[in-house]
Amino acid sequence: MSDNTITIDGQAVPFAPGQTIMEAAMAAGVYIPHLCHNPEFTPHGSCKLCTVTVNGRNAASCTMPAAPGMVVQNDTEELNANRRALTQMLFVEGNHVCPFCEKSGNCQLQAMGYFLGMMDPHYDQFYPPRDVDASHPDILLDLNRCILCELCVRASRDVDGKNVFGVTGRGPHTRITVNSASGRLGDTDMAVTDRAADVCPVGAILKKRHGFEVPIGQRTYDHKTIKDVHMEEAGK
Amino acid sequence: MTFELETAKEPEKLKRVVIEPVSRVEGHGKVTILLDDEDRVHQVRLHIVEFRGFERFIQGRPYWEVPVMVQRLCGICPVSHHLVAAKAMDVIVGAKQLTPTAEKLRRLMHYGQMLQSHALHFFHLASPDLLFGFDSDIAKRNIVAVVEAYPEIAKQGVLLRKFGQEVIRLTAGKRVHGTGAIPGGMNKNLSREEREILLKDIYHMVAWSRDAVHLAKKLYTDDMERNTQFGYFRSNMLGLIRADGALDLYHGGLRARTETGETIFDHVDYSHYSDYINEEVKSWSYMKFPFIISKGTQDGWYKVGPLARINNCDFIDTPLAETERRDFVAYGHGFPIHSPLAYHWARMIEMLHAAETIKDLLHDDDVSGNDLMVKGEKALEGVGVLEAPRGTLFHHYRIDENDQVTMANLIVSTTSNNHAMNEAVRQVAKQYLDGHTVTEPLLNHIEVAIRAFDPCLSCATHAVGKMPLMVEILDAEGRALDRVYKDGAGEVGCAV
Repeated sequence: MSDNTITIDGQAVPFAPGQTIMEAAMAAGVYIPHLCHNPEFTPHGSCKLCTVTVNGRNAASCTMPAAPGMVVQNDTEELNANRRALTQMLFVEGNHVCPFCEKSGNCQLQAMGYFLGMMDPHYDQFYPPRDVDASHPDILLDLNRCILCELCVRASRDVDGKNVFGVTGRGPHTRITVNSASGRLGDTDMAVTDRAADVCPVGAILKKRHGFEVPIGQRTYDHKTIKDVHMEEAGK
Repeated sequence: MTFELETAKEPEKLKRVVIEPVSRVEGHGKVTILLDDEDRVHQVRLHIVEFRGFERFIQGRPYWEVPVMVQRLCGICPVSHHLVAAKAMDVIVGAKQLTPTAEKLRRLMHYGQMLQSHALHFFHLASPDLLFGFDSDIAKRNIVAVVEAYPEIAKQGVLLRKFGQEVIRLTAGKRVHGTGAIPGGMNKNLSREEREILLKDIYHMVAWSRDAVHLAKKLYTDDMERNTQFGYFRSNMLGLIRADGALDLYHGGLRARTETGETIFDHVDYSHYSDYINEEVKSWSYMKFPFIISKGTQDGWYKVGPLARINNCDFIDTPLAETERRDFVAYGHGFPIHSPLAYHWARMIEMLHAAETIKDLLHDDDVSGNDLMVKGEKALEGVGVLEAPRGTLFHHYRIDENDQVTMANLIVSTTSNNHAMNEAVRQVAKQYLDGHTVTEPLLNHIEVAIRAFDPCLSCATHAVGKMPLMVEILDAEGRALDRVYKDGAGEVGCAV
């Protein structure tokens, strides 16, 4: 075993210096479930779905750098049960109504629920009051469906250079906020062509007037699991 | 027009009989009957707690979400709500005329819905009453007994419904709660392979639908005297009509006729429906009572649905159904037929029309076209109307400049039939209950009248003979004198 190798569920996985466990795993064709991670952007480590056990301790694989000799457990019953519970918590903390959500079939949260065998929300629904901001002519911001992955924050800041989105509040009151004097999206310089308009893994940021254009059967996750899609995106 | 038995003069001095719940899909309904000491009927009311929350909670939602969201109103005819909302949103996106492909696909979906819903209603829900008798053994009054006694009829009913569901699946993506119609058109066409799948079976469906018409006619005419009088009342009739007077379940103008068939209004642009129809609120019901404005609240109530439509139309543009329509109207001797039980016969004529229309559309290459969408100048208000399986269905929306819904008004078929169903129940109570001790078979007579109008009220529980019911007779002080119940397992019992 070379120095730059870790093991994941007993499988030797090489890594390049500076790579995280997630990056090394995906490059080797090993899937670690994740939602807030997107290889285009700086790791964030907020959703915790990618938590693995590293040398006996839990760590977010998307932010933990790989180090020689690490022994990682990933696809275990206990970790997958935790991932399922985290996904259930994400559902009940927001207002996710898949039956009439236009993101249904293309939604990573929904696809993750299916992938992890989530059969019900399990926990009591929070039914939090969340805002819908339709002030932008081409973009709808529906915070009912936000899972606070902050991909929009990262995309707007790092790719679009506009800093349209930020996070405010604490604990259950944490929410995405819009960087304009009025707090309304329509008063920002965000454009529908921005990366931030296209990065949301759920149905919180949507391009207006395109809902349900893709028929059932042709949506991203109608015939593929989220693992299939993520591995394809990783070239595996 | 009569309001006899709607409100007793001194209700506090009467016994109260309650049927609750009259099971249904969209919530709870009940029938209350007030009797005097000689069991004479003084008041009968059908209460339907229509769930109207949708009108409120879709406010603030983006308009393109509405056709998918509002179909959750119903699990039996979601396609009707899906399509009528899409029609209203067509107006909002400025789609004045859909492409031929989109319109024909929507019609195909709609007629598939009509086929499956009518089959469900007639075979699964109503046929046990009609085949075995209204007061037959309760253990037999369900679809399972129909399967045992009339296997061929039951099989055809099940397969007709299945076929309709397949039409919906292939046009909307799912058998229940699909997404096919979007503002301005459709999101998919029907491939040639999909057409072949349906064409394989459609000829059976047409033949079986025709058999079903004949069965419904036989069941009605075998005991003409009872069936014409059962729950009989006369009323105005409302429905959509094509410009040439043909039956059209997807689009047309509004036609209203009196109980004798005289025109009240005709070919009215439904976007102006509120100039012709209003809704009255009564203190004893959660549901509104629509009426034709020009005739007022006393005389303006009307019925909708298959019987009103077959009475109202000048002709049907598919040959087999038109033959059956002519046979049907001949029994009216020049006047509209008003017997509630004739609804089933009219319903089967519509099912045959639906099957024939599906056959024609499956042979039309337009349904495999690729020109699916059209849009124009945005509007802030839209009205959609179509004929759902149970009757005329209105959806009316306003949106703001940000594309969010600000107002919704839905007049569903059950609401339009509210007064008519009340009237039928009153007539049945007068005919069968008046002066008699309440029994379960008598209760079923009341449900038979309700089922003639609306399968939402007969519901899936009836299909397996487990509709829970309780009837109580209370004295003037509210003490229970007699109680007849049927529990969730179908067991019937008495208690005091």
